[in-house]
Amino acid sequence: MTIQEKQQEVIEEFSMFDDWMQRYEYMIELGKSLPLIDEKYKIDENLIKGCQSKVWVHAELEGDKLVFTADSDAIITKGIVAILIRVFSHQPPAEIIDADTAFIDEIGLKEHLSPTRANGLVSMIKQLKMYAVAYQTQLN
Amino acid sequence: MAHQTQAKTFEVERIRKDFPILNREVNGYPLVYFDNAATSQTPQQVIDAIADYYSNYNANIHRGVHSLSQEATDKYEQARIKIQQHFNAGKAHEIIFTSGTTHGINLVASGFSGFLKEGDEVIVSAMEHHSNIVPWQMLCERTGAKLKVIPMDQKGELIYAEFEKLLSAKARLVFVNHVSNALGTVNPIKDIIQKSHAVGAAVLVDGAQAAPHIKADVQDLDVDFYVVSAHKMCGPTGVGILYGKEEWLEKLPPYQGGGEMIATVSFEGTTYAGLPHKFEAGTPNICGGIAFGAALDYMNGLGFDEIAAYEHELLEYATRKLKEIEGMKIYGEAAEKTAVISFNIEGLHPYDIGTLLDKMGIAVRTGHHCAQPVMDFFKIPGTVRASFSFYNTFEEIGRFVEGVKKAKMMLQ
Repeated sequence: MTIQEKQQEVIEEFSMFDDWMQRYEYMIELGKSLPLIDEKYKIDENLIKGCQSKVWVHAELEGDKLVFTADSDAIITKGIVAILIRVFSHQPPAEIIDADTAFIDEIGLKEHLSPTRANGLVSMIKQLKMYAVAYQTQLN
Repeated sequence: MAHQTQAKTFEVERIRKDFPILNREVNGYPLVYFDNAATSQTPQQVIDAIADYYSNYNANIHRGVHSLSQEATDKYEQARIKIQQHFNAGKAHEIIFTSGTTHGINLVASGFSGFLKEGDEVIVSAMEHHSNIVPWQMLCERTGAKLKVIPMDQKGELIYAEFEKLLSAKARLVFVNHVSNALGTVNPIKDIIQKSHAVGAAVLVDGAQAAPHIKADVQDLDVDFYVVSAHKMCGPTGVGILYGKEEWLEKLPPYQGGGEMIATVSFEGTTYAGLPHKFEAGTPNICGGIAFGAALDYMNGLGFDEIAAYEHELLEYATRKLKEIEGMKIYGEAAEKTAVISFNIEGLHPYDIGTLLDKMGIAVRTGHHCAQPVMDFFKIPGTVRASFSFYNTFEEIGRFVEGVKKAKMMLQ
C-alpha cells in the first residue's frame, strides 16, 4: 500500500467514531500495540527534543524501504506515533519526503499538530522526514 | 450558592460573575480552570481599568507637560502607593515596577555582581523555580561565589537543620521562595530571614506563588527583597514589582540604561536618577502598573483572610477526594501549603492525564513546572498540577476528580 492508501485507511477507521472519547480510546489501543523499539536504540541520540513526553525513533533500511520503530513514555503520544509509523514505515524514502500530513486533521487530531503543542507531533514528523532525506542520500 | 467558611460567608457564585472567562466552554464543556498557579484569571474590574486607560488617558508618563500625561502619571504613581500599602513597604520608592518576578530576580542578581568575590557563598532552596536558580548560577559564574542548596524532605518541606548548617560568615545572599510553585509548600521565611541576617546575609524572597494567597508584610518580615508578578493575582501579564529595602536599592547599581533612569546625561558621564526611577529605564508598562493596582483593590475587597480560608477548604476537599483514587501519589504534603496539588497516578504519565482532562474542559498543568530539581528529587519526569483560586468551586473539584477517574479508566 502507498502512503496515501494507508492514510485513507486510517481516515476510514477514525470516521467510525462519533466522539472524542472513542477516538482517544482507539489511540490508546494503538499505542499499546505499537511495535517497540529495540532497547538498545532508546538512547539520547534517538530522542525527539521538545516533547513533554519522551519519544524515541529509530530508522533503518530494509532493501529500498525505510522501517521505523519507536516508543514513548506517554500512551497517547505512543498512539500518535503508532499512527505515524503505520503510515510512513516500510515506504521508499522519496515518498516519505513528499508525503503530506493533512490526514491528521481529518482524523480529528488537528490540535496535536500545533507547533507549540507539548507532545511535539510536528517535530516527530520532521524527524521521520529527516531520516528519509538521510537515507535517500544513501540510496543515491 | 454561598459557601460557609470558618471566616465568613464566601459568596463564590457572586464572585464568579466578575470573571467573564469562567462562562466559556472548552471542548464542549464548561471550563474548569485549575491552572491558577501558572496564571490567574482577570476580573471585569481589572479589564475595565485596562480599557479605561486606553480609552481615556493613554499617555507617556513623568515628562509630559500636558494634562493627559499628568493624569497617567498620577494614576501610575497611585498604583505604586497601593502596592506599597498592600505589602506594607515603608516607602513608595522601595517599590520598583518590573516586567515580572523573573525581571526582579535578574535585577538583583545582576546588581550583586560587584558585591561578591571568590569564596563567598549564596544559598538557594531545593524547591526553587528555574527563574530563582539560573540567575544565581550565572551570578556565581561571574563572581566565583559558590552556590549551596538547602535540601528538602519527602513531604516537600525544607530541612531547617541543614539550612542552619549552611549559614556561615561566608554566606552573603539567601534566596528562597515564599511558596513552592511545584508543591505548594509555604516556607518559614520569617525564620529564614532572621537566621540569615544574623550571619550578615541578605535575603531575596520569590513571592510569585505566595502573593495570590498570602498578604506579605515586608517590614514585619524584615526581608531585603521581595518579588512578585501581577498576573498571578488577577492582574495582567508583563508587570510585577521588586520590593527592596531603600539601603539596598541605593547600593545596587542600575540594571538597564536608558531614558527615565537618568538625572543628567553628557558624553563625559551620566548621573543616575533617584529611586525608584534608577531601576525603571524606558517607558514602563503604564497600563499594566495601573491594572496591577486595580487587581490589588479587587482582591483586598474580597479580603485575603477570607480568600485563604476558602481556598484551604477547597484544598482539603480536593486532597481527600483525590486520595480515594487507587494509585494516587500526591507530591508535597507540607503541614502548611497553598491550594496546589501536584500528583501522579501509578503507571500513568502526567501528560496523558492532562491531555484527557483537557478534552473534558478541565485545565491543569503537566510537566516539570520549571522546577526540574524538585522532579529529580522525587525521581519523576513530572506531575499533574491542579491549582485552585478563590473563584473555583467544590462542584468543579467534583468534576475534576470524576475526570481524573475517567482518564485513569481510559488509560489503564
